[in-house]
Amino acid sequence: MIFSRRSFIGAALAGATMLAGTAALAQDTIKVGVLHSLSGTMAISETTLKDVMLMLIEEQNAKGGILGKKLEAVVVDPASNWPLFAEKARELITRNKVAATFGCWTSVSRKSVLPVFEELNSILFYPVQYEGEESSKNVFYTGAAPNQQAIPAVDYLMETEGVKRWVLAGTDYVYPRTTNKILEAYLKAKGVKPEDIMINYTPFGHSDWQTIVSDIKKFGSAGQKTAVVSTINGDANVPFYKELGNQGVKAKDIPVVAFSVGEEELAGVDTKPLVGHLAAWNYFQSVDTPENKAFIEKWKAFTKNPKRVTNDPMEAHVIGFQMWVKAVEKAGTTDSEAVIDAMVGITVPNLTGGYSAMMPNHHITKPVLIGEIQGDGQFSVVWQTPGLVAGDEWSDHLEGSKELIADWRKPMSCGNFNVKTGKCGGRSS
Amino acid sequence: MPLARLLGLLALAALTLAAPARAQGTDVAPILARFALDRFPDTQAAIEALAASGHPTAQPVLEALNEGRLFVRTGDRAIVWRDASGPLRLAVSGEAVADAPTRPVRVSNAIRRSLELALGNLSLLAPDPARRLEAARALFRTRQAASLPLLRTALERERDLRVKRAFLEAQAAIVVTATDAPELDRIAAATVLADRGDREAQGVLRAAAVGAPERLAAEIDTSVRAIETRLSLLAMAQNLVYGLSLGSVLLLAAVGLAITFGVMGVINMAHGEMVMIGAYTTFVVQEAIRLHAPHLFDASLLIALPLAFLVAGTVGMAIERSVIRLLYGRPLETLLATWGVSLILQQAVRTIFGPSNREVGNPSFMSGSLDVLGLTLTWNRLWIIGFALAVFLALLFTLRFTSFGLRMRAVVQNRRMAASMGIRTHWLDALTFGLGSGIAGVAGVALSQIDNVSPNLGQSYIIDSFMVVVFGGVGSLWGTLVAALTLGTANKLLEPYAGAVLGKILVLVFIILFIQKRPRGLFALKGRAVES
Repeated sequence: MIFSRRSFIGAALAGATMLAGTAALAQDTIKVGVLHSLSGTMAISETTLKDVMLMLIEEQNAKGGILGKKLEAVVVDPASNWPLFAEKARELITRNKVAATFGCWTSVSRKSVLPVFEELNSILFYPVQYEGEESSKNVFYTGAAPNQQAIPAVDYLMETEGVKRWVLAGTDYVYPRTTNKILEAYLKAKGVKPEDIMINYTPFGHSDWQTIVSDIKKFGSAGQKTAVVSTINGDANVPFYKELGNQGVKAKDIPVVAFSVGEEELAGVDTKPLVGHLAAWNYFQSVDTPENKAFIEKWKAFTKNPKRVTNDPMEAHVIGFQMWVKAVEKAGTTDSEAVIDAMVGITVPNLTGGYSAMMPNHHITKPVLIGEIQGDGQFSVVWQTPGLVAGDEWSDHLEGSKELIADWRKPMSCGNFNVKTGKCGGRSS
Repeated sequence: MPLARLLGLLALAALTLAAPARAQGTDVAPILARFALDRFPDTQAAIEALAASGHPTAQPVLEALNEGRLFVRTGDRAIVWRDASGPLRLAVSGEAVADAPTRPVRVSNAIRRSLELALGNLSLLAPDPARRLEAARALFRTRQAASLPLLRTALERERDLRVKRAFLEAQAAIVVTATDAPELDRIAAATVLADRGDREAQGVLRAAAVGAPERLAAEIDTSVRAIETRLSLLAMAQNLVYGLSLGSVLLLAAVGLAITFGVMGVINMAHGEMVMIGAYTTFVVQEAIRLHAPHLFDASLLIALPLAFLVAGTVGMAIERSVIRLLYGRPLETLLATWGVSLILQQAVRTIFGPSNREVGNPSFMSGSLDVLGLTLTWNRLWIIGFALAVFLALLFTLRFTSFGLRMRAVVQNRRMAASMGIRTHWLDALTFGLGSGIAGVAGVALSQIDNVSPNLGQSYIIDSFMVVVFGGVGSLWGTLVAALTLGTANKLLEPYAGAVLGKILVLVFIILFIQKRPRGLFALKGRAVES
């Protein structure tokens, strides 16, 4: 083929425009979706997470963004309305072309957006402790799985407090029900008799706890040490703890260990009658490390409110965001497929003085801390796991789940591989 | 086991009490230094050693630790403590020192239990009877056999009858669970506990029954059963009280709606938000009091009541004038419009106060509980029962005996006739709506004491309120009272058997069936006004 001069010039011109095009693209931004409810019931918890995402993105931009581009947050409000979560997720991915999304709080909202992220092959970072029994190629679970929160908490009560009788109290929806199922199986395997376990569910926003607290007192007076494992969610905790305090249930007699009560939830309560009750998390604001101190200062400066508290799901977003930034830099692109492959094995410092790594099952390693509520609404850490605990998506204590594993590395790429039959069960959950 | 060792040491401490001169000689400085290590096992060991030392500083230091007033000075890691208000004091000598940066000595539940035990032993001979009573209760809970000699000494000296009884019960609790005590002593102890007859006594007896010899086991069995019968009767009474309490909360939430919906016929979906506005008014009042006049805190609710009435009432009147006035006689449009108003109000509050819960404190007279014959009645619930009835009576009085009430009833019965008698019916509509909203605001003040003050507060009550008004009979105040108490009691009687979720469903099904049978509710209004 002979190049004519004209066509050469044409090609050169085309090349120049292309170069100009990439230069223009460099001015462009990488979009990050923030999918948290800013109105409705869940606004109380999720608004904070939106703020922390904005802070992280601002901070990354001050460092020069990623791959030479600035980040831009796209904030939408799914209004605590589960089907709306799916619509907003689709809008973020198809219309706004976000590179990754950070969002959801309740399990039901995650289940609602899951098919959207899988269909459009986009990335979701989910920052809240949850019931497990799920692993999706497109979701990175930066909150705790049951073995990173519930099981160590029960172990602590058994060993340190000598608890023999158990009240499993929860709100009536998927997370408490699954967690309690796992705990019940675990306790029975440890030799706890069925009559020493009391299970109780209450509706969302339950406010009249008189009967249940007096039942707990009754159950706890059988002459053996009793503890309450609480998966009570959200608002209902405040009247629950008030009633405990008023009816004189003291932590040194019947301790309550909660999985959904953090610094943010205690902000609306006078905690003096609750001193000594426990919570299990992977992070507490009171953890004394330089990383955490710096983070709290930045947070208070960003929100311009010296009283703002930090909590566990916020740390999960901090870890998730740092991991995503590293993965994008490693992959050299924001393309979902490349980033998902790059994610596994990424390790970033967490705020409790250690490192968290992304495991092949898309869950991360975390330390487990048990904290006691203090008079000032903070927690004092009384126990922690000696090392990091890797998130176990399929519980080892449930039938039909113990033989499953997830490994998203190629060539396996499976969220529910059955080690007995040697077959992959299909899509995510 | 550290506890057993501690108790051995405590027995020693009892002996050394007799010889304080020798005890003074113990050097506590190395013991105190262990508190500074910030490790729970060391803190525990320090408590044990300190209690055993018999040193005069032991008691104030342990009490300070128990109440979170024991600190480590940051610079030299000296252990210091302070009274509720006084200066810092060195733990070694009790000498007052200048203020310095400190961090508290941390405690856990296990440490709190050791403290309870150590302090219980230290204060068995305290001059203050209240402290001796507390010590006796602590011993009853911990039941450590090693405390027995000290307890016997204390019993001989005791003159106060109440404390003496508590000492006897503690002694019985220890003896009945001691497997090495003579069986006859244990049986006698079991009868003492049977007389006490509460949950705690039952718990001790059950623990004692494990591996007990035959006669004792039989004795314990009958005692446990007698206590069980007594307690199940009590539980019935308790459920009734709980039902009354839930009923009074429902009454408070619904009584305002009984005016706007029941009397005026306006389906007001924003009613719950009036309750929320009342609760937020309480929050604002408390914040102002905290800032400017902290000594008035216990009166904060009293101050908030009229303000909440005015604020919610004004908002209510504004809604009536601007929205509802234009929609009279069109119930569906009213429903949708007020639903919209409720969303606007919620989001407005969310924007102004933020989405998180706001802390509304309980005044001291509404905290804690009252024990009546073994029933635990919490003060906040008792006050709310009384308050709900007071609001109800005040409303009844207003409608029955004031000229405003007379005009209101006249407009409801026959609007045109009332208008032709010179009543400004439009103005009266606004006032009536304001009254209903104001009462919802007052309910908000009370509900702020038992529920979350958040933008969603109103939503959780709106459905219950409509249920009460419809069940009681639209337009009948007495119906609202009876319906609220019935639903509350039914709910609480069902809850222990069916659980909270199923209990609520059963009540709802019952109401649906009832409305099928009597569409006008419990207390149906009769007469021509209703037919039209």
